[in-house]
Amino acid sequence: MVQGRLAWRVGRLAEVRDETPTARTLVLDVPGWPGHLAGQHVDLRLTAEDGYRTTRTYSLAAPAAGDRVAITVQRVPGGEVSPYLTEVFAVGDPVELRGPVGGWFVWRPTSPDPVLLIAGGAGIVPLMAMIRARRAAGSRAPVKLLYSVRTPADVYYAGELRRPEPGLDVTVVYTRKAPADWPGEPHRIGIADVNTAGWPAEFAPQCFVCGPTGFVETIADVLVALGHDPRRVKTERFGPSGS
Amino acid sequence: MGIVTPGFRGRARTADEKLPPGQYLVEDFPVLSAGPTPRVRTENWRFTVTTETGRTHEWSWADLLALPSETPTVDIHCVTRWSKLGTSWRGMSLDTLLADVDTAADYVLAECHGGYTTNLPLEDLLDGQAWIAYEFEGEELAPEHGGPARLLVPHLYFWKSAKWIEGLRLTLDEDLGFWEAAGYHTYGDPWREQRYQGD
Repeated sequence: MVQGRLAWRVGRLAEVRDETPTARTLVLDVPGWPGHLAGQHVDLRLTAEDGYRTTRTYSLAAPAAGDRVAITVQRVPGGEVSPYLTEVFAVGDPVELRGPVGGWFVWRPTSPDPVLLIAGGAGIVPLMAMIRARRAAGSRAPVKLLYSVRTPADVYYAGELRRPEPGLDVTVVYTRKAPADWPGEPHRIGIADVNTAGWPAEFAPQCFVCGPTGFVETIADVLVALGHDPRRVKTERFGPSGS
Repeated sequence: MGIVTPGFRGRARTADEKLPPGQYLVEDFPVLSAGPTPRVRTENWRFTVTTETGRTHEWSWADLLALPSETPTVDIHCVTRWSKLGTSWRGMSLDTLLADVDTAADYVLAECHGGYTTNLPLEDLLDGQAWIAYEFEGEELAPEHGGPARLLVPHLYFWKSAKWIEGLRLTLDEDLGFWEAAGYHTYGDPWREQRYQGD
């Protein structure tokens, strides 16, 4: 057996919260969980009765609370795993998991640097873990979040992100349909949004960008064009997997 | 461990098409190398695993042979589009070799005699997915196929199955290997045709 975080553990679903009509937060009780950093992942391994087994990786959505860890799963229509996790997997059910995984796309609350978080859709999950880790640690690092979603109904953690929080600025950009009181037309995030809602490059923020591949490529190019040091821009790309 | 996840069925599974997209079958065993074939003598053979903290674990040829071996039969897929089905090997599972290695690394750089390197995620070497192989079809592994021992990671394009393996360097960040730095895909999944950067 490989020691530590590479070992498979059995967790049980302790709590569910629906974030949107298609996304659900799963809180798992994982005895002996070693803790993790904001931005890290877990691997979930599912095994069918006939022995068929498959593994998926999910970003952790919050700092660990004792042995409890949270992920948020977006249902992918026709997917193999996400419809199961969001519709069938029930409180009390077991699942194997391994982690935490990932040591690059992480934010440490000891860092006082300004932080720019840019999320596309479900890419908010690891960035929300950073916001929550900041709050839990009482960090005063100034954070700006720029969050691209299709419509108001697609905003994860909406209530929590609406609550004022000192040192945290949240900007939501809608690509399909905006709330009535939102200034401007729905659009994809561009250089003007990043320039307005982000930090000037000379502030040397740590930048974390997470979303679908095309989104991340675009935003990373914008940040570099605006003068950000590419070494300060950390990215995470995702897409439906397991075809 | 291996618990059943209640109510999970997985996707409907039908007869597997065994050939990834863009591949053709071969019966022979083509050889592709970046340079001359090294001749590595087993008495000089060493295999090391170096963690991100610099801790080194080392095996001699005798140490390797003293470990329990496995005999995987697997399909292999070369980025140059040949595939070979049902190849039989003998080797040691990386699960066995890494069992006592404590690491927080996410990546591995496989290092070989002759200076060849290739990068892989550490998780792709675990859970019965990879071996240090020293026999092919019941014979000792020929030098041109990486003998005396090579990495065997059949679920990735075969350039990841580094010949003349010398060691694994575990790292927190991903270093690109020889072909990867030259424009080949960082990961190299044959089923997704990840041949080159950007695929």
